Amino acid sequence: MCTLEKRGNLFLLTLTGDNEHRFNPDAIATILSLLAQAKSQAKRGSVLITTGHGKFFSNGFDLAWAQASGSLTGAAERLHQMVESFKPVVAALLDLPMPTIAALNGHAAAAGLMLALSHDYVFMRKDRGVLYMSEVDIGLSMPDYFAAMVRSKIGTSAARREVLLSGKKIRGEEAVALGIVDSAAHDSAEGVVEATVGLAEKLAAKKWNGDVYASIRKSLYPELCEILGLKATIFATPKL
Amino acid sequence: MCTLEKRGRLFLLKLTGDGEHRLNPTLLDNIRSAITQIRSDPSSSQSVLITTSDGKFFSNGYDLALAASDPPLRAVMAAKLQSLVADLISLPMPTIAAVTGHASAAGFLLAMSHDYILMRRDRGFLYMSELDIELVLPAWFMSMIRMKVVSPAAKRDVALTAEKITADRGLEMGIVDSSHGSAGETVEAAVKLGEEIVRRGADGHVYGRMRETLLREVLHAIGSNESASNGVRNSGSKL
Repeated sequence: MCTLEKRGNLFLLTLTGDNEHRFNPDAIATILSLLAQAKSQAKRGSVLITTGHGKFFSNGFDLAWAQASGSLTGAAERLHQMVESFKPVVAALLDLPMPTIAALNGHAAAAGLMLALSHDYVFMRKDRGVLYMSEVDIGLSMPDYFAAMVRSKIGTSAARREVLLSGKKIRGEEAVALGIVDSAAHDSAEGVVEATVGLAEKLAAKKWNGDVYASIRKSLYPELCEILGLKATIFATPKL
Repeated sequence: MCTLEKRGRLFLLKLTGDGEHRLNPTLLDNIRSAITQIRSDPSSSQSVLITTSDGKFFSNGYDLALAASDPPLRAVMAAKLQSLVADLISLPMPTIAAVTGHASAAGFLLAMSHDYILMRRDRGFLYMSELDIELVLPAWFMSMIRMKVVSPAAKRDVALTAEKITADRGLEMGIVDSSHGSAGETVEAAVKLGEEIVRRGADGHVYGRMRETLLREVLHAIGSNESASNGVRNSGSKL
């Protein structure tokens, strides 16, 4: 369901299979362990790119699994379990001692969009794929860390409203205009991945100290880090 | 190290000489005493401060070489800069940074501590160098960055890409207010802007208090960082 590949300096995390890449407890646990692996192998110049196969980057939590519990309270509990267990995934990405890039091959909805936004840079396709916070349409309230992520990564009131309150399926060009993604210039999944590899190589060439990078990243998003229980201090000596 | 000139209602603070204007304890003390002088001027509640510099640099940040040779000075410089920035935030007059050279790290922070940044577009850049020199940005620096650099992508580009930001790129990012063809033109534009502001006739003390409220988060971050010996910040308000 998910693989981690190493190509020189780059870690490539791929959500595999031609399906919706829904996050159920197994998928979440797999992603967490692959991120831990990337973290343990991190060195100067490492960069992470996360992408997927098929039409979806990810369509969010596995609501079918939640409903399969057979009761309303069972479903609510399973959903709550997924919401809580996904928090460490977001935290792991914010904590990762290397720059991170999401290369969206397709649709990113709800928790899938949160996964994307947990990265430092987000690239999506121009021709296909939408960003969609479905909660308002399916009648779910917003977990606190989702809202904090939107507040941290999406800058204007208008853009935040479009994302959280309009139920809009936002395509590439609009996502760039709203400041949600960094680029929507390519007409294929391969094009997007290639572009992210180009950016990754530029960032890798800086040979940054990963712990310093992660610390500075966390200090950009204090509210989100507080909700996730992430601390942002390390001791470092400067290169003069 | 720095000179203070008065032109009508404008105070011109200049970091002098052709060097990097590194923020060592002496320069920081000089700047602070210039600010104290400004505050004690009777016309100060109807004035404007313009900060600029000679040469290739606005300021290249803390004197890291000095800190390496005498480690306790690191904390001294940090404390003095925090005091200075708190002073600038509470200053009862609008402030303009006429950036005519490179402003890096603490030097970039000093520029951001002003209400307006005017910058030359032919040379020079703003640069949060910390990531490149393996320093973590102090929380209070980050607080200023969050207040002054608003879009998430721009914040990321400042702190996590360690971008060398030219005036026109700074305009795009919303960090720089206007860009000009040369050092001379930048200072001239700052003087013109200063005179326009003075003409509007706002009360400096009210202005200063409003700015303190606007940048409350930064003052709070500074306050929770200050060492006991350098703890007093001059709020300067008459109200």
